[in-house]
Amino acid sequence: MTVIHPNLKQLDAKMSAKDVSVFYSEKQAIDNVSIDVPTGHVTAFIGPSGCGKSTFLRVLNRMNDTIPTARVEGTIELDGEDIYRSGMDVVQLRARVGMVFQKPNPFPKSIYDNIAYGPKIHGLAESKEELDEVVERSLTRAGLWDEVKDRLLDSGTALSGGQQQRLCIARAIAVDPEVILMDEPCSALDPIATAKIEELIAELTDRYAIVIVTHSMQQAARVSQRTAFFHLGKMVEYGQTKDIFTNPIEERTKDYITGRYG
Amino acid sequence: MTPITLLLIALGLALAGWLAARARAWSFQTAPEAPRLAARPNYHGWYVALWIIFPVLAFILLWSFIEPQLVMQAVLASPAANGLPEFGFERDSILAEARAVAAGQSDAVFNPAAQAMVDPFREAIQKNQWIGIAITIAIALVAGSLAFLRIKPDFTARTRVEKAVMAILLLASLVAILTTFGIFASLVFETIRFFGMVSPIDFLFGTFWAPDPMSNPTNPDGSRYGAIPLFWGTIYIGAIIAMIVAIPLGLMSAIYLTQYADPRLRAWLKPALEILAGVPTVVYGYFAALTVAPAIRDAAVSIGISNASSESALAAGLVMGVMIIPFVSSMADDSIAAVPSAMRDGSLALGATKSETIKRVLVPAALPGIVGGVMLAISRAIGETMIVVMAAGAAANLSANPLEAMTTVTFQIVAMLTGEGSFDHPATLSAFALGLVLFLVTLALNFVALRVVKRFREAYE
Ligand SMILES: Nc1ncnc2c1ncn2[C@@H]1O[C@H](COP(=O)(O)OP(=O)(O)OP(=O)(O)O)[C@@H](O)[C@H]1O
Ligand SMILES: [Mg+2]
Repeated sequence: MTVIHPNLKQLDAKMSAKDVSVFYSEKQAIDNVSIDVPTGHVTAFIGPSGCGKSTFLRVLNRMNDTIPTARVEGTIELDGEDIYRSGMDVVQLRARVGMVFQKPNPFPKSIYDNIAYGPKIHGLAESKEELDEVVERSLTRAGLWDEVKDRLLDSGTALSGGQQQRLCIARAIAVDPEVILMDEPCSALDPIATAKIEELIAELTDRYAIVIVTHSMQQAARVSQRTAFFHLGKMVEYGQTKDIFTNPIEERTKDYITGRYG
Repeated sequence: MTPITLLLIALGLALAGWLAARARAWSFQTAPEAPRLAARPNYHGWYVALWIIFPVLAFILLWSFIEPQLVMQAVLASPAANGLPEFGFERDSILAEARAVAAGQSDAVFNPAAQAMVDPFREAIQKNQWIGIAITIAIALVAGSLAFLRIKPDFTARTRVEKAVMAILLLASLVAILTTFGIFASLVFETIRFFGMVSPIDFLFGTFWAPDPMSNPTNPDGSRYGAIPLFWGTIYIGAIIAMIVAIPLGLMSAIYLTQYADPRLRAWLKPALEILAGVPTVVYGYFAALTVAPAIRDAAVSIGISNASSESALAAGLVMGVMIIPFVSSMADDSIAAVPSAMRDGSLALGATKSETIKRVLVPAALPGIVGGVMLAISRAIGETMIVVMAAGAAANLSANPLEAMTTVTFQIVAMLTGEGSFDHPATLSAFALGLVLFLVTLALNFVALRVVKRFREAYE
């Protein structure tokens, strides 16, 4: 069972998972996890490698559908709607719950087309002008506009790693999501690029519900308001970030954040 | 006969050398207070064996050139040669006949004059055979014992053997390359002869193709050697009609196989598709000529085109397209599979459907590889011969009507070389000029295609 810190305020849940278990074939990767994710906050998932953080994150926008052996039990709701119910439109879901990956993965297209890709397929822009506007707005919000505004037609893959990752964040923002899932978004970046992304996350916090997986305790402490500690497929402890780091209740959490383990 | 005998002798001696050298190396090793051998005994064996084989092979090669001349000299010096005609065709044929009988290749002579020459030939052949064997053994013994004497515990036989092996491998790979150069050189040579008779301008830009192998070879009519209709037919059949079939079908099957097919189905379908590439082209030729071409003619007639011919560019092109599908699909398949799955996930995570992802991300990302595959396929199609020989027709038409008979470069090469013109007639020589053009075009296509594909591979390293 998960230990919930008493100080954690009950907020309206944007996404809410109840008793979620995930299996790859017979192997269980997530065991009975329940968690609420509110808007206007960054929720960090931490835990040793292989404990199921990425798995749980992928379940939240059904990216695990692409893995044929994956199976999900329990319910996950977005604004009170079960996203695994039959008849759920996965395309709509993923437009509302965006994702940023560990390794920047811009498409081998121009910077402009990278951003315009999502709005085009979802029909979010009526005209070329509107599309231009969406592209500019997304890049601006991702803090990339000034760096790339003169070379929008260059290939997205020609940017630096940090710029590519911000491009991917801009790409996710462009379809106007409500939730943004980030799986170790800075693990391939140097400290300066990392700082920029963290700054960006802080600026985005107000509008979205953000969930970030990270291996860096400092990063979790810097960017998140809430932290969940995972271990061996279970969510061990969940609370305000400062409580988790200064006042962990469970022994395993203590060991992990003091670096005695994993 | 003789070279094989010599070769067997050499192999026997090499085996003996191998055994002896190995035994000697062993004896070093088993001696009391044995020093550590620098190479295992087997390598010492190989070292000696190679030293026997190579000089002997070189000698055999040389000998097979020299021996016939030595024989001939001996025969001509014999008294029986006095009765021969001075020179000319008859003298040669008498000698050839006598030699064939003496060597046991035929049983009797036609020309009685040759009978007298048989014995001198037999004698000379015999004598030279013994000389050859003696020299072979001598070379083997000298080279083998020199090598054998080098064997010491600290002798680095292994590195030397490995160097020799490397040299052999290098030689093997050079064979293919040198052959290509040889082909190219001979094409160029004959083409120059052809262009000595017909101007390159007439050939490359003329639009009328009707070489007459019976015409006077010294004064050919250049206006009958315009190859444009052939180039057009080749491109129309191989690069247009065939590709209209092969590109969509190949691409779609690649997409289905990589993105939709169940892995078990894929395990069956992919090899099945690749079998298509192994069907002999003559079988496709039958199919084109006997099934597809008549069907197309009947269809054309039934919609009111009364003069439809039973040979058509369409029939040849369609069947060629089917033949090319596996090339396109397997290259496209590899390229699509080589696009990192992060690309696909990135698109899906934005809410793109599977088909949007394929159309807008995977295929564009794989495009260089696909284009490379298509170019390889085109180069294969325009060099294809059997199908067009059987189904496209011989008429050099410069037309865009796919129902008309057309002819291609490859077809005309076959036609000109097997025609009744003599070998130095420009009509025959034109085959080499056509071959050179084809060679250069396919070479360029392959070159560009491989570079495109390579760049694409590097992009995703
Ligand atoms: N596609 C898959 N098929 C089978 N098993 C998988 C698959 N993906 C993950 N797993 C297993 O599920 C467990 C959880 O993996 P997951 O990737 O979620 O861990 P993680 O916490 O994200 O680790 P890391 O910090 O190293 O990224 C692991 O034991 C892993 O081996
Ligand atoms: Mg992970």
